[in-house]
Amino acid sequence: MSDKVTNIVLVGVGGQGILLAAEILSETFMLAGFDVKKSEIHGMSQRGGSVVSHVRYGKEVFSPMVPEGEGDILFGFELMESYRYLSLLKPGGTVVVNDLCIAPPSVLVGQEAYPADMALKIQELCPDCLLVDGQNLAIEAGNARAANTVLLGAVSKRLDIEEKYWIEAIEKMVPKKALEVNLKAFQMGRGLK
Amino acid sequence: MKEILSGNEAIARGAYEAGVKVACAYPGTPSTEILENTVRYREIDSSWATNEKVALEVGIGASFVGARALVTMKHVGVNVAADPLFTLSYTGVNGGLVLVCADDPELHSSQNEQDSRNYAKFAKVPMLEPGDSQECLEFTKLAYEISEKYDTPVLLRTTTRISHSKSVVNLGERTDLVREAKIEKNAAKFVMLPGNARVRHVVVEDRTVQLSKDGCSMPINRVEMRDAKVGVITAGIAYQHVREALPEASVLKLGMVHPLPFDLIREFAAKVEKLYVVEELDPFIEEQVKAIGIPVIGKEIISICGELTPGRVRKAFGLPENAQATVGKLPGRPPNMCPGCPHRGVFYTLNQLKAYVSGDIGCYTLGFMPPLSAMDTCVCMGASIGMATGAVKVLSPEERKKVVAVIGDSTFLHTGINGLMDMVYNKGAATVIILDNRITAMTGRQENPGSGHTLMDDPTNAVDFELLCKAIGVKNVRTINPLDLDECKKVISEEMERPETSVIITDKPCVLIKREGIFKAGAPLQVVDESCTGCRACLKIGCPAIEWVPASGKKGKAHIDPLLCNGCDVCSQLCKFSAIQEAK
Repeated sequence: MSDKVTNIVLVGVGGQGILLAAEILSETFMLAGFDVKKSEIHGMSQRGGSVVSHVRYGKEVFSPMVPEGEGDILFGFELMESYRYLSLLKPGGTVVVNDLCIAPPSVLVGQEAYPADMALKIQELCPDCLLVDGQNLAIEAGNARAANTVLLGAVSKRLDIEEKYWIEAIEKMVPKKALEVNLKAFQMGRGLK
Repeated sequence: MKEILSGNEAIARGAYEAGVKVACAYPGTPSTEILENTVRYREIDSSWATNEKVALEVGIGASFVGARALVTMKHVGVNVAADPLFTLSYTGVNGGLVLVCADDPELHSSQNEQDSRNYAKFAKVPMLEPGDSQECLEFTKLAYEISEKYDTPVLLRTTTRISHSKSVVNLGERTDLVREAKIEKNAAKFVMLPGNARVRHVVVEDRTVQLSKDGCSMPINRVEMRDAKVGVITAGIAYQHVREALPEASVLKLGMVHPLPFDLIREFAAKVEKLYVVEELDPFIEEQVKAIGIPVIGKEIISICGELTPGRVRKAFGLPENAQATVGKLPGRPPNMCPGCPHRGVFYTLNQLKAYVSGDIGCYTLGFMPPLSAMDTCVCMGASIGMATGAVKVLSPEERKKVVAVIGDSTFLHTGINGLMDMVYNKGAATVIILDNRITAMTGRQENPGSGHTLMDDPTNAVDFELLCKAIGVKNVRTINPLDLDECKKVISEEMERPETSVIITDKPCVLIKREGIFKAGAPLQVVDESCTGCRACLKIGCPAIEWVPASGKKGKAHIDPLLCNGCDVCSQLCKFSAIQEAK
């Protein structure tokens, strides 16, 4: 096992299920035999605020926070939030982002506009960017709420972890009645090029 | 067995393994999840107290009769519990007592960023500071050993990044303590009248000296020698950032941050060329190291304000920063009251009435945010009522009418009751609104003495706010439906006019309440496109379910997201064109 620590930053809007996705990632890495640390701020997450979760794994991890400019993967659940936290990503890092815009309060009340061309701007700064139509793929898998799992599948493809650990973690963390749909959604994400 | 646990979960596990019998707390970010996890262990009696002072007193009571007790709170909670804490230091314990205080550097969800380590020195009690979840578990167990060995309460300090970070933890087994709780009278130790307390003070001073000596050989205070050019004294989360940013540096990692192991510090200082202290917030370790005559660099390079990150430590030591993408200015995304939140209509009304709103701490503090913009002060738990009393004492009769205190149910029961009793007693002519949503919402929906259930899910008495206020002596107590804007405006404006204390209680529950049958969502609403004139009246309540669509119609129209709408009907009351109706 190399000493390299791999850094993943999950960003999005409170209520999108970011914390659960971060839990599944952490569980997978532990099952695969790595040291894992995860850090996030809760408290405000249910009230629609911006949410960031850091997940790091490797032989030995010290800080639970991804050092600025050292993120290997930015796992974005919403476009503007993904753009906002690009500074955490290393040059040449990978972005996997949900093709979704959620208007913040100032946009909802018509004070300002949602910034234009977010996906394009992310791609300009990070050419290695996969834009995922999470919502529609999730509907195809059987439930719109499985969008996170589609994204997780896409992220999993970019990490050198055996598939069985992902499946084991999902089976452990996802409620039984939603498992089948989520496993299907995961495979759909994993199949994305 | 290995598990990934948060610092808070690991503390709960540590308490379980240490044989703790009683756990008590008032919820407060980032400490709340500790009790939400001790409750999973049925061997522990876990409960929410009305406030942190009571929580500590419950813990003390259990300790004095021989049981191990855990008490947890956020940093500002220790201010509330400080009174019993300082004298508990003198009495010492019987069963071990650990008080967890969770600091919040960077103020992720707090009103200040006080450094609780100062309490350890001030109250003369030992303080341990874990640096990850494994240490949270181990230090909790060790804290009970120290507590009983040295006859002292022990503070366990976390920060947000310890409490809310997860890492891999090896679990152990629960210790089954042989000792049963029983009454043991010992007045000289437990009755702190001057004659007894004078004797105990000497014990406390000796204890601190002994702990400082013994700390030099405690494995939790450890020297890691690497390159001797740079030596860093550090503790807690700062240790992790130091290891990340300065992998070659030698480190003295302190697990016990009070009292400091001075001989060990001297030894380490002698081994390294240049000595630093890397610590968040106050120069707590630094000043004490300087006081024993050892030159050290600390706050010259590290800010007193905010939390540390690996990047901030790198920068402090003059290391090059990583290349980072720079992005343009973006709209912010602050938290917002939920769709259907019963607070929204009240704050809209207070805004309309141009009230001077003496605020308090809870979800409703978000009433400060535009467009509601109806909160003028927020200081600490329960402060709204006392501050309103102070303001009406000195304002002109005309301005006095504008003073309205707003306080949630849990905050009122925490420390608002005293303020209300004082207002009535001293004839303060202000209006108090108790926003009773039946839950302690902001910290994640905990039960409280008004909710009718305990933390362990037993049905219990629910405080009757109306009767309580009347018993205190409030003559004008009225209960309103906060989702009815006409009623809000009528009742609040009438009570603001009244030249004596009045209390208004709102009676709609939090929309996120988990317990079934309390909150019932209404049918989602929709905007009838043909009727919407684009007047923007419905946007004035800042509901996340209502979106302005500039491209719709001539000047734009409102749109309601049916998936978010809880059907509270407040927006439709603002629409003069009947354009907001039940979705078909």
